[in-house]
Amino acid sequence: MREDRLAGGVAAGVAARTGFGVTFVRTAFVVASLASGFGIAAYVLAWLLLPAAGEDSNIASKALTDRRGIAVVAGLGSLLLVVLLIASAFGAGWLGNLAWPLVLSAAGMVMIWRNAPADEQATLRRLAEPLLGLTEGHWQSRTGLRVTVASLLVAGLVSLLAGHPSQALLRPLGGVALVIAAIVVLLGPWWFGIARDLVAERQARARAEERADMASRIHDSVLQTLALIQRRAGEPQQVIQLARAQERELRSWLFEGRAPGSLADRGGSLAAGVRLIQQDVEAQHGVAVEAVTVGDCELDDDLGALLAAAREATVNAAKWSGVPVVSLFAEVEPAQVSLFVRDRGRGFDPAAVPGDRKGLAESVHARMARHGGSATVRSTEGEGTEVSLTMPRAAGQREPSRA
Amino acid sequence: MTTSGVPAPGGGRPRVFIVDDHGLFRSGVRSELGDQVEVVGEADDVEPAIALITERLPDVVLLDVHLPSGGGQAVVAAIRAAHPDVRFLALSASDAPEDVIAVIRAGARGYVTKTISGPDLVAAVRRIAADDTVFSPRLAGFVLDAFAALPPDDGRRASFDPELDQLTPREREVLRLIARGYTYKEIARELYISVKTVESHVSSVLRKLQLSTRHQLTRWAADRRLA
Repeated sequence: MREDRLAGGVAAGVAARTGFGVTFVRTAFVVASLASGFGIAAYVLAWLLLPAAGEDSNIASKALTDRRGIAVVAGLGSLLLVVLLIASAFGAGWLGNLAWPLVLSAAGMVMIWRNAPADEQATLRRLAEPLLGLTEGHWQSRTGLRVTVASLLVAGLVSLLAGHPSQALLRPLGGVALVIAAIVVLLGPWWFGIARDLVAERQARARAEERADMASRIHDSVLQTLALIQRRAGEPQQVIQLARAQERELRSWLFEGRAPGSLADRGGSLAAGVRLIQQDVEAQHGVAVEAVTVGDCELDDDLGALLAAAREATVNAAKWSGVPVVSLFAEVEPAQVSLFVRDRGRGFDPAAVPGDRKGLAESVHARMARHGGSATVRSTEGEGTEVSLTMPRAAGQREPSRA
Repeated sequence: MTTSGVPAPGGGRPRVFIVDDHGLFRSGVRSELGDQVEVVGEADDVEPAIALITERLPDVVLLDVHLPSGGGQAVVAAIRAAHPDVRFLALSASDAPEDVIAVIRAGARGYVTKTISGPDLVAAVRRIAADDTVFSPRLAGFVLDAFAALPPDDGRRASFDPELDQLTPREREVLRLIARGYTYKEIARELYISVKTVESHVSSVLRKLQLSTRHQLTRWAADRRLA
């Protein structure tokens, strides 16, 4: 079982199984990686094969059905093979020792990247952030990066060539160049195909995410309002009021691009957003919301999503718990914002919620995951429910601002 | 039940005094408390409250944070020195944290909002009568806020007393759970400690709040007022 992770949580898992200390196992992995690259490969392999704590299937079983992933791995593998070939042609045998584990680990990481659950992908993203920052920067800096890599390559080649008597090297070099050219001609189109597929897949994923975002927004606004209208069918005045408010919100979303329930234009700060949730839920659902906020900060997109998830959780508690009081607690810390929604109501079994119920899965869990946060739901039947939401704060916003 | 050694007369019914400038609210509280407690008097402002409380010496005073001629802390300050057995539970409808903190710093043992239900209010009065504390989620939030406002560089100041001027991680944890709506019993279960330990953490927070001379607490209040 993998758990408590720095990267994949493999060390912690192995430590828990064998009884050695985590630090000991981590050190062992690092030493093995330094001594021969196979330490890294073993780590990645274990990451693939060991199921995470609380899950019964490993990543590898999912990866086997990921055809495009396998294609990417094959493409990447063949590319690395060509590089290896070049390297060995220049007599850099030492690279060969490192190369195999590197190829294995790279292949494994691709499969993990594509098939790990959302929270592990978030960990990966965090680990890879410095690298991504380089590739996704301004085009000037990207060009700069390319120039740097290219000059490094040239410098490496030159130094390799300079290190050997050139006559002895030149003869096999001609053959190697031919082989490489042949491989590139043979596999080139296939590599391009894979790259194109990947781009298409990324676009498709972005579209799917956008659709999910839209669905959860409509769920939170329009569907909620319709449910309220049904419940208050006997009170025409209230129905009209609800319908008007909803119409306004929908119009401003469709025609002015303002997200429904978005707080940026109404509140501005986190504490104001929490107050707004309190007022709205108290007005619409007739329960008392006991809201407490510690600290405050400006809202950004991520914190807006946190508030939207909190609103959904509060509305859920108001609708389903059966008790007249819901507690809402928000705390702004330097590195993160936490939010807790708690009721002492009837509770439910989170695992037994039908899949078609959007509220919890889509509006809370998925929304938090999309923005890099996390959500946990703790509920005991008959004792109540607590939804805990945590959102890391953007690096630029960490100066504590306490109003 | 009581640690002061003075059992409340009337078969364990605490003797309660109500200070609030709204007559409607006073009679509402009276009827909500019912015969669970013995209401020995009421007052609508600072001066009459001090006079009547000194005369009747109730177990618990329900004290509105805002009174016509000033904050409720004036009442607490006037009574506490001469009659430490009279305990105060602050009540307010408004959210002004600096006023609430001021009443607590003057010596009140707890704070609840006026939206509290009848049974909860009775339970709170009993706890105060037994010399326990009553921390509503809102008060826990205020206190966390007040102590968090301490900038780290102030740790080097000569006036800084770590014993009094900052909360321990455990105290912070307890306050967070109170703010999340947990009862003392639920906190005890959550943290694997006894209810007594939870109570002692809360008492210690209260003590720090009352004894700390930290200028940050006052500055925090001033900041809040400006905001």
